[in-house]
Amino acid sequence: MKASKTIYLFFIPGFILYAIFFLVPTVSALFYSFTDWDGLSASFQFVGFDNYSRAFTGDSIFRKTVGNNLKFMLVVVILQTLLALAFALIVIKNTKTNVLLRALYFFPTILSSVSVAFIWTFIYDPSLGILNQVLQLVGLDFLTQNWIGNADIAIYSLAITQVWFHAGQMLIIFVAGLQAIPKELYEVAEIEGANKWQAFRRVTWPLLAPSATIVVAYTTIQSFKAFDLVFAMTGGGPNNSTEIIATYIFDIAFRSYQFGYASSISVIFMVIIAIITYLQFKALRSDRISY
Amino acid sequence: MFFRRFSLLLYALLIIIPMIVVVLTSIKTRQETFRNPLGLPEGGIDFTNYVSIFEEQTMAGYFVNSTIVTLFSVTFTLLFASMIAYGITRLNNWLGNVIFGLFTLGMMVPAQVSMVPLYSLMLNLGLTNSLLGLILVNIAVTLPIAVFILTGFMKTLPKELYEASTIDGAGNWKIFTKIVIPLSLPSLSATAIFLFVMHWNDLLYPLLFITDNAYKTLPLALLEFQGQYSTNYPMLFTGVVIASAPMVIAYIFLQRFFVAGMTAGAVKG
Repeated sequence: MKASKTIYLFFIPGFILYAIFFLVPTVSALFYSFTDWDGLSASFQFVGFDNYSRAFTGDSIFRKTVGNNLKFMLVVVILQTLLALAFALIVIKNTKTNVLLRALYFFPTILSSVSVAFIWTFIYDPSLGILNQVLQLVGLDFLTQNWIGNADIAIYSLAITQVWFHAGQMLIIFVAGLQAIPKELYEVAEIEGANKWQAFRRVTWPLLAPSATIVVAYTTIQSFKAFDLVFAMTGGGPNNSTEIIATYIFDIAFRSYQFGYASSISVIFMVIIAIITYLQFKALRSDRISY
Repeated sequence: MFFRRFSLLLYALLIIIPMIVVVLTSIKTRQETFRNPLGLPEGGIDFTNYVSIFEEQTMAGYFVNSTIVTLFSVTFTLLFASMIAYGITRLNNWLGNVIFGLFTLGMMVPAQVSMVPLYSLMLNLGLTNSLLGLILVNIAVTLPIAVFILTGFMKTLPKELYEASTIDGAGNWKIFTKIVIPLSLPSLSATAIFLFVMHWNDLLYPLLFITDNAYKTLPLALLEFQGQYSTNYPMLFTGVVIASAPMVIAYIFLQRFFVAGMTAGAVKG
């Protein structure tokens, strides 16, 4: 049975807000990317693809930024996914302890990025920090570091913080996925003489593919959006070594007022995310089986 | 077996220890933190930092701003999103799919893509330094994920429900408020929690639109303490404890719902 015409009214309030504050700005980012607008003056000129050619050929910081973002993404995606999966496999049963542990592992997710940034700035603090103190305590003095002050490793230190922040959330998604796998399949596998690894490879992994797709795709997008964490912990420094695309856009737009150029980086940013998401969905789809 | 237990314990400590350090540091003096960063406070429990942060900062004001922005953003995102989800479910045709697609698209686009034009739009509309401005933007950017979750849920409700009510002469609004909303409560509460966490913790939009202390929310205020207190960790952590307290308390009591909510929202963050 068809709904009466009044159904269209239900879209109106939400759609108006969505159009004004999301669709229009997103589309106008594309428009401004072809201009030299500074964000303040009323007039601007069209500069064709100048902004894009500058991004691809003339801007070494932007290239560095993309590299930083890819490093950050790889470390976070690999570490977070493996860690979440490994721990999900351990706490999969709904025993009292496991439920409690899951709640604890999930806990950092509810904190604000600024709080997490402060906590980890303290952990990484070269003189007061927990990390260096623990290293000294166990006699690994030579490993002590200025974790976010050293341009060579700062981006990895931030990646670890990101994993600490969100691994628990991914763990919960894996637990939900694992619990949905029928136990009979494992019994069959055991009868057939499969060892633990074979059972994991042939039963768990293929049936976990949908959850894995969600976790990997989500973690990837999250790692591109780690704006708050980077902004509050290092502000992109030292020496642009932790600048990621999101913080770089903020810098060129709101610190050097090159709105046109910032818009072109935003458009490139969107394309990069679209490509990565598409590739991941394709790769993980092919591994999907149903029994 | 030992290795498993050891790993579980290690991961648990990685979360517990920083939390304890934050709380302990917030009740220490700065000198004590420098002398003995990880030790227990020597002078016993001392709330001086809490008193001074309320004296030095308009903490209560930030708290009220965060509360207003979060409450209104969550309420209206839920209302508008469930209306749209209901509309998509009832239309159940190509137009419904197009609308659903348009909103799903919004989940993929990072906020940083539109922030530059959005900023000038807000400036032109006179919506910077305004809680209303923050609320409107919050609603617009979280609608996609809320529409996504709620549509998924409403599509599982039996169609006969709508048909029977339509025959009984109930209009769309009545079906929506009297039948669909009550039946969608589990999904609505999960979405609500997800939105609460997102809006309470949001930094980007206050950072973009608010410069006046009178309209700052807790995460932005906290960020600026960093400039002011530098490495005065006791003060920074006092701020962290105050800003996190509502979420932490809610989490302790509503754990199950948080886990359900935050994973329902896992498609976007």
